Amino acid sequence: MTTERVFPEWRQKSLDDALYECREMVESPDFVTVSRWRANGGKVGGHFQVYFPEEIIHAAGMLPFKVRGAAVEPNQADSHFGSYLCSILKTSLELALSKRVQFDLFVSHPICDAARNLAAIWGRNFDHPCQILYLPQNPNSAGSVEYLRHEYDRMRRVVQEVAGRQIGDDDLRNSIVVFNENRRLLRELYEIKRETPWLIAAEDAYALVSLAGMMPREEHNELLGALLPQIRQRTNKQEDRIRVVFEGGFCEQPPFDLVQMLGRTTYVVDDDFLIGLRWITQDVPTAGDPLHSLAVAYTEHSSYSPVQHDLRKPKEEMLLQRIRGARAEAAILAAAKMCEPGLEEQVSYTHALDEAGISYFVNEFEENMSSFDQLELQLETFVENLLFA
Amino acid sequence: MKTVMSTTTATTNIVGRGNQEGAALFRDWFAELDTTAASGGQAAYVFVMGSINEILKSFDLPVVFPEINSLQTAVRRVAHEYLEEAEDHGYSPDICGYVKADVAVQLRGGEHPMGRIPRPSLSVLTNACNTYIKWAEIWERMYRTPMFTIDIPGTRQAGTQTWAGDSDFEADRKYVEVQLRELIALCEQVTGRKFDVDKFREVLGYANVMSRSWSRILELNRSTPSLFNALTDGTIFMGVANGFRGTEAGARYFERLVEEMEYKAANGIGTSIEEKYRLLFVGVPCYPIFRRFNELFTDWGGTFVNSTYLWFASGGTNRGFEYDLSNPLSSLAEGVLVSVRQAMDAMFHQNEVLVDMVRDFSADGVIYHPIKSCRTVSTGLADGRRFLTEKHGIPSLFIESDMMDRRVVSEAQMKNRVDAFFEGLGSRWRQAAAETKG
Repeated sequence: MTTERVFPEWRQKSLDDALYECREMVESPDFVTVSRWRANGGKVGGHFQVYFPEEIIHAAGMLPFKVRGAAVEPNQADSHFGSYLCSILKTSLELALSKRVQFDLFVSHPICDAARNLAAIWGRNFDHPCQILYLPQNPNSAGSVEYLRHEYDRMRRVVQEVAGRQIGDDDLRNSIVVFNENRRLLRELYEIKRETPWLIAAEDAYALVSLAGMMPREEHNELLGALLPQIRQRTNKQEDRIRVVFEGGFCEQPPFDLVQMLGRTTYVVDDDFLIGLRWITQDVPTAGDPLHSLAVAYTEHSSYSPVQHDLRKPKEEMLLQRIRGARAEAAILAAAKMCEPGLEEQVSYTHALDEAGISYFVNEFEENMSSFDQLELQLETFVENLLFA
Repeated sequence: MKTVMSTTTATTNIVGRGNQEGAALFRDWFAELDTTAASGGQAAYVFVMGSINEILKSFDLPVVFPEINSLQTAVRRVAHEYLEEAEDHGYSPDICGYVKADVAVQLRGGEHPMGRIPRPSLSVLTNACNTYIKWAEIWERMYRTPMFTIDIPGTRQAGTQTWAGDSDFEADRKYVEVQLRELIALCEQVTGRKFDVDKFREVLGYANVMSRSWSRILELNRSTPSLFNALTDGTIFMGVANGFRGTEAGARYFERLVEEMEYKAANGIGTSIEEKYRLLFVGVPCYPIFRRFNELFTDWGGTFVNSTYLWFASGGTNRGFEYDLSNPLSSLAEGVLVSVRQAMDAMFHQNEVLVDMVRDFSADGVIYHPIKSCRTVSTGLADGRRFLTEKHGIPSLFIESDMMDRRVVSEAQMKNRVDAFFEGLGSRWRQAAAETKG
C-alpha cells in the first residue's frame, strides 16, 4: 500500500467525533478515499457485490473497491438501462461514467440475472478490463474447490496484467494475513452489536463495516483497532428496545438514513449489510497454497445469501440461526426494489418465520429513497405491538 | 421418448409440414406428461438453457420444461389467473412471470391448460439464468425432491472465449464433467436404474442430428424471401428442439424440417407475407399477444429472419455442436460448456453477432424487446442498442413489455412505435434512393 493515509480525518479525535467522520465519509457519494489513493499513484480494482477474494487485488498493490452503488442520480447511466431494474446497477455505472470513481479493473459476478450483464455493459463503455469471476454455483460438487482455485488463478493473471507486476504466493499470504485481521475485527464489531448493542448505534456500526470496502485494509484495521476498544469502554445505558435482525442488505444498500431510523427504534443485533466483506467466517490458513485456501474458505467456511445455493445452507435455516444466535426478537425482512433474489427469498423467509413463530416486518427499499416518515411510523407500530403485546 | 409422431405420419404436403408436425409433437408430449401425472410416474424438471436431456433421456425420464408450461398459459391467455394466484401466495409483481405461473400450476396440483403436469422427481438446472436456481429452490422446498445445478462457467470478458486444449477451457470442462458424473449418480439413485452407456450414445446420436439440423435451418433462412418467421414458426421449431432433444422423434422431425426448408429455398417459397423488411428480433416474444405482436410487423411487410431467442432459448443448439460418441461423457461436457456459453453470449455479448447477422441475413433493422419478467435477457439491451446504433448505424426499435404479464403490455403504444419505426425506415430508404439518383 502507499504510505499516505486516505482517511486521516478520524485520527486524533474523540470517539464520537471519529464516528462522525466515519459516517460522513460513508454518506458521501464521492468516495474521496479512492481518489486520494489514485492521487498517490495507486490503481483501483472495482468488484461488484456480493463477494470477491480481495486478497488477489490487494496482493498486487492495488486498492480493492467494493462497488455498492451510491446515493446519486443516474443521470448518465439511465440511458444505458431499461426499466424494471434495481437502482444499484445504474448508480454503480454512474459512479464510473461520471468519473466519481475511476477504475483500472472491474469485476462482477453472476449473482443475479441483472448483475450478470454488468461486465458486458461496462466492457462496451470502458477500455479497462471488465471481467466476470465465475464463483461456483454448485459448491456441493466435488469439483468445485479445484475449479475455483483455477478461476482464482485466472483472476490472478488478469490482475497481474492490470497491475503490471507479478503476484507471488507470498504476496497472497501477506494479504491473507491482513484480511484475516480485518475479518477478526469485523467479527469483534458484530460481537459488540450482539452482546451490547447499546454501545454502538446501528448507523455507526454500518459505517465502520462499509469503510472496509473503500480504503486500504491495513488502514481499516488501524481504524477498527483504535475505535473498538473505545466503544467497549462506553458507559451507555441499555434501553428498552426490541432486538432485531435486518435481512436484505446483501447487495443494494439501504439508505444511510434508513439504517439510522432502524437504530432509533430498535437494536439491530445482526444483519447482512455488505455481507461479502464478512463472507469468510474464519481465518484463512496462511500455510500451503494460498489460492486453494481461499477457494476452500469460500465454499466451506462462509456465510450465506440469497444469491448462493448450497445444499448445506438452506437460507431460511441460516436466517433462523442468525436470529437465534443474536437472541433477536424479530426480523426486518427487506428487499431492494426490483431485486429478484431478495424478493423471492422474502417468501420463503416469511413462511419459515411464521412456522417458527417469530415476528417480522417486511419492506422494500431503494438506495435513493429520501422519505422515511411512513416507514418509520409502520416500524414504530410494529415495535409497539411487540413491546406491549 | 416412446411417443413417435402418431398424429403426423399422414402429413404429405411438404410446405408447412414443420409447423403441423411440431404442433402434433407438442400435443403428444403434453399427453405423455398428463399420463405420467395420472400414474404418479417420475419426471425431471429442466430448463431450456442446458436441459441435459442427453442424460435424462438415457434414463427414459419424461422431461417437464416449466418455462414452456408458463409461456403456454400466456399464449392461451390465462396467464393472469396464474400470476395473481402466485402473488396472493406472497410472490412480488416484480419477479419473473414464468416462475409465478409455475408456482400457481404447482399450487393447483399440476393443473395446466394443456393437461396435468407431473410433480418433479428431481430438477436439473444450469446457471445460465440465476432465476433457474431460485425457481428450483421453490420445488426443493415444496416437494423435498433433489435439485441439481450444473454450473457452467461462461465468457469472462467479451471476445475472450477459450476452446478445447486451452488450460482455462479444460479446467472448466473438467468441472462440468465432474458434475455430469454426479448427476448420473443422482439419476441412478432417483430412478433405481443403472446408467446404460450404449443407450447414452444412442441419445447423443439423436441430439447430434438435431444440432446439425437446427444450425442448417437457421442458416437456410438467409434465403430471400425468408423461409420461416423466426418469431412465430421459429418458436414452434424450438419447442420441439427442447422437448425432444436426444429422442428419435426429435431427430426425425428435424431431418424432415431441413428437407422442407431446403425444398422451400430451392423453389423460392417464403412465408405467407410479401416480404418487404427483413428484421432481427432480440429479446423474448410478447406471449400475451403473441399473434398480434407479430402482426404489428407483418402488416408492414416485415418478417423476422433470425433472433437471439432462437439461439439462447435453444440452449445454444444453433452452434451445431456434435458429440464424439467414442468419448461420450467428456464430449458432452465440452458440448454443454460451449453450447450453454453460446446461449449466454447471445444474451450478454450479442452485439458483434448481431452485426454479422445483419450482414449475413440481409437484415434491415433490429427489434429489441426487453421484458419486465426477464432481467437476464433484458438488462443489457438498452446499452447494446446504443452500441449498435453508435458504432454501426443499424436501424433499431426498442419496445418494452412482458412475456407473461398483460398488465404491462400496451398494444396501442406498441403499435404507435412500430408504425413510427417503419415510417422512419421507409423514409430512410426513399432518401437513400433519391441520393443515389441525384
